Amino acid sequence: MSLDRPAGKVPLLELEGLVKHFPFRDSLGRRRGAVHAVDGVTLAVPRGSVLAIVGESGCGKSTLGRVALRLVEPDAGSLRFDGEDLLALRPAALRAKRREMQLIFQDPFASLDPRMTVEAAITEPLILHRLHRGRERARVAELLERVGLRPELARRWPHEFSGGQRQRIAIARALASEPRLVIGDEPVSALDVSVQAQVVNLLGDLIRDLGLTFVLISHDLGVVRQVADRVAVMYLGRIVEEAPAEQLFLTPRHPYTRALLAAVPGQGGALKLLEGDIPSPVSPPSGCRFRTRCPHAQALCAEVVPELMGDAGRESAGQAAHLTACHFQDSLPPATPIREAAADARLARLQSFFSTNREPTA
Amino acid sequence: MSTTAGAIAIETGESPARRAMRRFVQHKLAMFGLVVVVIFVAAALLAPWIAPFDPLETSWSRIRKAPSTTHLFGTDENGRDVLSRVLFGARASLMAGVIAVGGAVLIGVPVGLVAGLGGKWLDILISRIADAMLSIPFLILAIALAAFLGPALENAMIAIAVSASPIFVRLARGMALEARSTDWVEAARALGNPPWRIGLVHVLPNIVPPLLVQATLAIAEAIIAEASLSFLGLGQQPPQPSWGSMLNSAQRFIEGAPWLAIFPGLAIFLVVLAFNLVGDGLRDALDPRSQRR
Repeated sequence: MSLDRPAGKVPLLELEGLVKHFPFRDSLGRRRGAVHAVDGVTLAVPRGSVLAIVGESGCGKSTLGRVALRLVEPDAGSLRFDGEDLLALRPAALRAKRREMQLIFQDPFASLDPRMTVEAAITEPLILHRLHRGRERARVAELLERVGLRPELARRWPHEFSGGQRQRIAIARALASEPRLVIGDEPVSALDVSVQAQVVNLLGDLIRDLGLTFVLISHDLGVVRQVADRVAVMYLGRIVEEAPAEQLFLTPRHPYTRALLAAVPGQGGALKLLEGDIPSPVSPPSGCRFRTRCPHAQALCAEVVPELMGDAGRESAGQAAHLTACHFQDSLPPATPIREAAADARLARLQSFFSTNREPTA
Repeated sequence: MSTTAGAIAIETGESPARRAMRRFVQHKLAMFGLVVVVIFVAAALLAPWIAPFDPLETSWSRIRKAPSTTHLFGTDENGRDVLSRVLFGARASLMAGVIAVGGAVLIGVPVGLVAGLGGKWLDILISRIADAMLSIPFLILAIALAAFLGPALENAMIAIAVSASPIFVRLARGMALEARSTDWVEAARALGNPPWRIGLVHVLPNIVPPLLVQATLAIAEAIIAEASLSFLGLGQQPPQPSWGSMLNSAQRFIEGAPWLAIFPGLAIFLVVLAFNLVGDGLRDALDPRSQRR
């Protein structure tokens, strides 16, 4: 622990060398291998910032989000929240700590208990952590209004709401205990596009107004670009590139990041799209995990695992560092500049339509 | 924020339970079953007032009389009124069904929840015991237990409760395992719920529907089991009336006095059918996948 750093400088969430493997066994119970879901991830999320974790499905980003909250026990590594070692906490202390760190799930049709009214669901964190005692109802009304729902709907059941409304309820629930850290696991990808824009805007407002520290797990680069301060790109359980959002979108260094950006519809991919599937996370390729799909791969890539590092000059700048895990990051041809996003313009038009022409709620 | 809960008109939605009830009421066969069950329950409760005769009163002058206007169901080999004995017999049968299944639920559901939500070794231990019990046919196990405990209605109920409990262990465990992997249980964990609260507040209410269906069907089975035990002399003891023991004594006179067997048999048939219909209706009404509104 870094006691020498002033308190305000300690990142709210620090992950170091986190590893999570899911073993699988044959019918006799013998261990036959393991899925390397998270394989040595080091990340820091400064207070009040929004970090996005992006990657293809199956790259381990959801597992990483759960390990970061210790909802899943990591196999190795360290995990600090506000400078405190989360892995050392006993179960009761960890439960008390959950007041300050919350998770928003991807599927709002699955994340709400079907036998709890909206009011009961949002009141639950207040009861668990003994908050707003005696005025829980008022707090529920306040939260519902904050996420753009009518407080009159408090006594209704989840099945009576649409996906977007349910996700607003889930957000209200996550915010009820006034957490400092919120992790959103693909919080809008299960929603209709029109509703996505509204919920992204809502999340953006909440992050700004409440000063939340937010980790956005997403595969949607449009959404990421809109809210993230910093972006970490994940591939097969490892971070391959981490940079301030603007830098990452303008000057992506890792071949995988470039391929991801080129794959965004409407960007007119000048780069050849990736071929083939993501390799099996049970037996990831040796050396650089991306080498099997990388157009620039050389012999070295199969032998040595590239470290996540930045260019020497800027490394001391901390937050602004642009880190890449590629042996040839300095010798790759410059990235093809992305054509200024037609997709974003479309999204913006769509959003403006929905924010002016329609009430946000039913 | 100035709005308080008191100042706004709260709209109340339709709860899952209320919706199921509405669907159940529209289910004709289930409602028929429910009516039959209610009639039998009323008959059992009101037996002392509606029975035309004392079910234990014997008379040499009216042995094995065929059904008539005074004795609607006829009389038995000791001159007792069969209708009165069927009415009082309903008490033993329904009590055995309801209490035995209640006991099975009280044993089985908590144990099943612990197996499903507790640790791996606890699960293995509990599941193997339940499997071992389920490997013995339900009725055989009940007979063995009842014989071990001694012939009495209470012992028969205990035997039935114990024999029926592994089904509930297995059902509750399976549902708890299923619930444990859902997002809303993980969400409950992420909020800071302790394990016992996840089991009681989140998992239990969500597994009530299948448990209710299973319990209703189990009552039907328990009634048959009680009748079987009484038939074998392990349940209700003579001279107290029970449908099973009435059938037992009726078998000697099946040719000369068939009404001795017909009426208690019909009672068992009707009440078991009714509970099964109610159980099926509940299943349809509670099934979230069913499209009927």
